[in-house]
Amino acid sequence: MTNHWIDIINSDCVLIMGSNAAENHPISFKWVLRAKKKNGAKIIHVDPRFTRTSARADFHASLRSGTDIAFLGGMINYILANRKFFQDYVVNYTNGAFLVDQGFSFSDGLFSGYDATARKYDKATWSFQKDAGGVVKKDPTLKDPRCVLRLLQKHYGRYDLDKVSSITGTPVEDLKAVYEMYTATGKADKAGTIMYALGWTQHTVGTQNIRTMAIIQLLLGNIGVCGGGVNALRGEPNVQGSTDHCILYHILPGYMKAPNVAMPDLNSYIQTCTPKSDEPQSANWWGNYSKYIVSLLKSWYRDAATQDNDFCYSHVPKLDVGQNTSIMNTFDLMYEGKMKGYICLAQNPACSMPNAGKVRQALGKLDWLVHANIFDNETPSFWHAPGMDPGQIKTEVFLLPAAASIEKSGSLTNSGRWVQWKYVAAQPPGQAIAVGDMVYRLVAKLKELYKKEGGTAPEPIQDLYWDYGDGKGGFDPLATAKAINGFFLEDATIKGKAYKKGQTVPSFGLLTDDGKTSAGNWLYTGMFNLAGENLSARRGKADPTGLGLYSQWAWCWPVNRRVLYNRASVDPAGRPYNPARPLIAWKDGRWVGDVPDGPWPPMANRQKGKLPFIMKPHGVSSIFGPGLVEGPFPEHYEPVESPLPGNPMSGQRINPAVKLFKGAADPYAINDPKFPIVCSTYTATEHWCTGAITRWMSWLTEAMPQAYVEISRELAEAKGIDNGDKVRVLSKRGAVDCVAMVTYRLRPFQVQGKPVHQVGMTFNYGWRFPPDAGDSANLLTPTVGDANTMAPEYKAFMVDVVKVEEAKHHAG
Amino acid sequence: MQGKSMIVDTSLCTACRGCQVACKQWHGLPGTKTKQTGTYQNPPDLSADTYKLVRFAEGRKEDGKPYWHFFSDSCRHCLDPGCMAGDQNNSIVQDKRTGAVLYTQGTRKLNYRAVREGCPYNIPRQDPRSKVLCKCDMCIDRLRDNMVPACVQACPTGALHFGDRRRILHKVALRVVELKKHYPKARALNPQDVRVVYIVTDDPDTYFELAEA
Repeated sequence: MTNHWIDIINSDCVLIMGSNAAENHPISFKWVLRAKKKNGAKIIHVDPRFTRTSARADFHASLRSGTDIAFLGGMINYILANRKFFQDYVVNYTNGAFLVDQGFSFSDGLFSGYDATARKYDKATWSFQKDAGGVVKKDPTLKDPRCVLRLLQKHYGRYDLDKVSSITGTPVEDLKAVYEMYTATGKADKAGTIMYALGWTQHTVGTQNIRTMAIIQLLLGNIGVCGGGVNALRGEPNVQGSTDHCILYHILPGYMKAPNVAMPDLNSYIQTCTPKSDEPQSANWWGNYSKYIVSLLKSWYRDAATQDNDFCYSHVPKLDVGQNTSIMNTFDLMYEGKMKGYICLAQNPACSMPNAGKVRQALGKLDWLVHANIFDNETPSFWHAPGMDPGQIKTEVFLLPAAASIEKSGSLTNSGRWVQWKYVAAQPPGQAIAVGDMVYRLVAKLKELYKKEGGTAPEPIQDLYWDYGDGKGGFDPLATAKAINGFFLEDATIKGKAYKKGQTVPSFGLLTDDGKTSAGNWLYTGMFNLAGENLSARRGKADPTGLGLYSQWAWCWPVNRRVLYNRASVDPAGRPYNPARPLIAWKDGRWVGDVPDGPWPPMANRQKGKLPFIMKPHGVSSIFGPGLVEGPFPEHYEPVESPLPGNPMSGQRINPAVKLFKGAADPYAINDPKFPIVCSTYTATEHWCTGAITRWMSWLTEAMPQAYVEISRELAEAKGIDNGDKVRVLSKRGAVDCVAMVTYRLRPFQVQGKPVHQVGMTFNYGWRFPPDAGDSANLLTPTVGDANTMAPEYKAFMVDVVKVEEAKHHAG
Repeated sequence: MQGKSMIVDTSLCTACRGCQVACKQWHGLPGTKTKQTGTYQNPPDLSADTYKLVRFAEGRKEDGKPYWHFFSDSCRHCLDPGCMAGDQNNSIVQDKRTGAVLYTQGTRKLNYRAVREGCPYNIPRQDPRSKVLCKCDMCIDRLRDNMVPACVQACPTGALHFGDRRRILHKVALRVVELKKHYPKARALNPQDVRVVYIVTDDPDTYFELAEA
């Protein structure tokens, strides 16, 4: 979230799209409904299904799964055609006025620079025209045909209401209603927020779904303001924290890039990763990259890391250039027999990964599998899953009993970036220990063995600082959190203030690239103050602004700033655009309100003032965003499995940059009449993800006992299916038996003049427990993912639904 | 006696079923074995193991769009309880301080059918083993320790409110006026007769046929 949960209350219009917030983030609805009560906020839900979220929305519009860019592209067109955008904001705070390279073009679904063989773009032309001084050329009147806003208009002019409706299946009047309601927030004193989740990310165009909405928020001036923002509703309470601490392969802690072999030494890494800008008023905060990476290396390797040895940069593993080690690729390698062992902590890939049948086969090709969890689930038990022959499986499985979240202390980072310290509420049962303790012991043992026996390249393990112990064999969460925050490693005087060796660094502004500071994650520097006090344990309830910032409650990154880019909420003179909700304001030579994005005066001060989007090289936000792999403007492409033979927008059926898996275990149903129905997977309030934890809780299985597929009355009638019938859902990859839930809440779409049916299933179930619950919906889903993130395309694939009796009859 | 009252504001309910589960947790009631029969509503009905049940009702509105109504069903704690009508033994009592209608162990001697038929909302159930009659007890033990009922404590959206009856009825009246601006059919159900007052925004029988007496 750029904003935070409580801030939803400040919104005038809440768009929930790509999310079923009421069901999957139930507490969020406390704030959504308060916004409705307090501000008369409009609540809009856009989703293929009418859900518990839709039931509480003022307006529900349904769209065919996988067509969000078309839906939102139509909104961009509506904003530009009807001049609904916030002109001052667009000119001052976005790259809308920037002039784009003359070589940039777009034709028939492809941007300039495409290499069809490599399925990859050369992005050279996705850039800006610059003057002799290296400063980007701009047209503040927004009239130059090469300026971003005019190119945006040209691109989305193609997304007219009828075209959008024929792709999304959303009736034109519903499109108009949503566009009108939401774009009313383009005024200076109005704010609209977007709440999205996996309904946007889990597509082959997932990142571009979010980009499209980010463009809308920028056009309407909704970023950096109270009640606005682009707000990802993160999952289990620490998904945000685990991402911050680089659970994904492509980053290091604090969203620094994972190094690759083309960056053989620290200098080349820093040179490659540090963005440069000649924009006079840009803070270009990532210009501090060297301080954060050196402080990270010092945190990892401490005394072994010196200026002379590149601070042990050579110890950090390097990816091959372009190498993608995301989990679908990992399981693909495993399936090919190229992996010996797998450590799987607190996860259930045998149910959660796409094409779960392949995943279960892949696990059988390992020599060993280590799994830690609070209950057994389908992953450690894969060897006796239905259809598996235990006698033929060589994998040795170790199931380690883990402590549950309430049995551990530590920090949790919520979606709003609030780091909240928590305490042990109960001791873990039996031999269960925290997963952190398992990792701590494992690494300690590795260090001991490398010390004793040596081995190939032992230094990265031997040099690793690992003094986080609690003296009882486990790790000390508080000591670890302090190391993440970072220390002064030597006495230092910075800007006239003296700091002592061993003190916690109170702000990342004090980190250095000379090895005198450490920080395990620069974004978390400041979680402890200079006195070593843990600010995440604060529980102050004061709210002096009345805006729900609660700045003394816990601590949030960065530097306790509750709303990111908040200097975009004021005009260039520092006056709040919305005086009724003044997030920050420049008064008597200083900022009041939230912690501003940097101490500089407002940007009207041409000497000292800075542009508000400090993490962007040019200081402004990106309507034209060259960072993603498939183009600087989002474009509609069909899901890899779609009900259409082509793409109504262009000759490019699917995302031109997506990776397709070629193995025999990964077939796709492309324009296959045997699988004519769109299917989407999701989860219900009553279960958590694959249900690995919640299926063992009788109150929850009582409420949601067995797998089901939601189907429209129209489809049920056509198929002769009654409510409650046993049905089989089939895809190109597998079949799942479940119960038909025939409902008014789904309706067939009119797409390209023809009816298209959509069904949906939860992935909350598995064969392991309860015995009659049914198996995972992911036996059906395809191995394919977002071109940038590899988030699997769980939300749109093709199936058929038949009654079980008929399926058996056909089978023989 | 003014006693206590509760609001069930269906316009704020997301059917998360926190109330249903919190009730079971506080009362130590088990999760029963159920089947998926083509609805989110489960268990299918109130029982000796379920005092609170979120009912789900769906249909199509005049404009062709769906509606989905949620009704967190439980005892209304009537001011003049029909279930007490046939009770000669004082085995059903009204708590003096709160007005909560409480079934004692003595209810095992009552005519179950007669008690159930006396309730216009079809709430009372019988434990098949002990024959004791059972239903929501307003968490009377919590109230005595100045805590709100478990369902109210659990509700994330403020759909459930608990307090002194006079204040609750005042809140109900204000909320209905507020809701009527957008929902002409908004109203409270039997507010003068019951302590658990439901606020609906559509015809009551589109929620549940026994929503209103």
